[in-house]
Amino acid sequence: MKRLITIVDYGSGNILSAKKSFSKVIEKNNLNAEVVISENPKFLKNSSHVVLPGQGAFKTCMEGLKNIPGMIEELDNFAVKRARPFFGICVGMQLLADTSSENGNHAGLGWIHGSIEKLPSVDLKMPHMGWNTIKNVGSKSKIIFRETDYYFVHSYYFNCKKRENVVTETYYGINFPSIVNKENIYGLQFHPEKSSDQGLEIIKNFICL
Amino acid sequence: MLKTRIIPCLDVKDGRVVKGINFVDLIDAGDPVEQAKFYSENGADEICFLDISASLENRETIISIVEKTAAEVFIPLTVGGGIRSINNIQNLLKAGADKVSINSAALNDPNVIKIASQYFGSQCIVVAVDVKKNNNHWTVYSHGGTKNTGIEAIQWLRKVEELGAGEILLTSMDKDGTKSGFDLEVLSLASKTLSIPVIASGGVGKIEHFYEGVIKGQANALLAASVFHFNEFSIMDVKHYLKQKNIEVRI
Repeated sequence: MKRLITIVDYGSGNILSAKKSFSKVIEKNNLNAEVVISENPKFLKNSSHVVLPGQGAFKTCMEGLKNIPGMIEELDNFAVKRARPFFGICVGMQLLADTSSENGNHAGLGWIHGSIEKLPSVDLKMPHMGWNTIKNVGSKSKIIFRETDYYFVHSYYFNCKKRENVVTETYYGINFPSIVNKENIYGLQFHPEKSSDQGLEIIKNFICL
Repeated sequence: MLKTRIIPCLDVKDGRVVKGINFVDLIDAGDPVEQAKFYSENGADEICFLDISASLENRETIISIVEKTAAEVFIPLTVGGGIRSINNIQNLLKAGADKVSINSAALNDPNVIKIASQYFGSQCIVVAVDVKKNNNHWTVYSHGGTKNTGIEAIQWLRKVEELGAGEILLTSMDKDGTKSGFDLEVLSLASKTLSIPVIASGGVGKIEHFYEGVIKGQANALLAASVFHFNEFSIMDVKHYLKQKNIEVRI
């Protein structure tokens, strides 16, 4: 059956490049799939895969989701109740947490337990910007992630409550979770759509879930 | 470990690359998309387009170039040159640019940095700062390094960071085009002053200059144009050299 991948448009950042990377992967690998951008929560009902991107501040992103009537409910139906393949990227990953301490204290979706906290900046440039390595830390996930460099831009990180939800870690002053996972739900702190061939490989593996 | 980034910069005029790669058999050597793709496949960590079109009309062409590039190149793309307004920034980001680099517009109205970084996020706002040394201190120049603003460089850098810039592209006008290396003094001063990353630009002639830029200049990323375009050495040559000197790079 043809896969339908929906990238959720809730007013956050440059999602066109995310769409372009998915299109490229579909074209290159001749996959029976289609990628669309949508702000319509009803669209999630017919989707096989959902991607939640995110750029900027946690609070703004969360408000963006809340401002679309029915969006959080449909996301919850899709990823939690129906347990379909779900990808959160960058702030889209951070939104999966219970809370964030970025400029105040804000509630997230709470799908993967933990809190979003500021990276300790002792003598390090902020944001953490550029290519950095991911290391598998033992947690099993359906997707196998290649231990190489991916492109990061962030100042906050996902402090995961349960070790079993951490798939990979990355070092920047501390070891922080760069990929979190709970069954069908994946959260990536880096940008696979900006991480060259290894990033596209992750997108391919996600589409093929 | 976070890697030191190597960024090739392509000058684009009226939709065509000027001063681009002149050594590979590209189907169309003047095509910015082809060139960006080439660099992306050959070790570039990011791509930078600098639009040097003279007229407003011709600057519109950069939008379609960015669109095409974003469909083919999957590493971060920064676009600078001729950005005047929030509207310009929005159009470029919508077309698929990951970051925009603003220079004169920020000097004309520093609030542009604040508005843009609040609206689009700091991560996509690079502020380009062109400096020249006058009587033992550095001054900011605008309009492609032709106009002395009289603003003291370090003060300006501090202000730019405060206003929400995500990154600084620091070019020494004294060094640009000389092939004598980066201005390490102003570079390390800027790097020590700021908590946001600094991209060094202007002056690369030898492979050793990249090493100096990281060690003495403490740059987080290094930008160069002609040494790559004229194949004096490749990006991978630079990376292997740096790696051998124990600087972390993406290979």
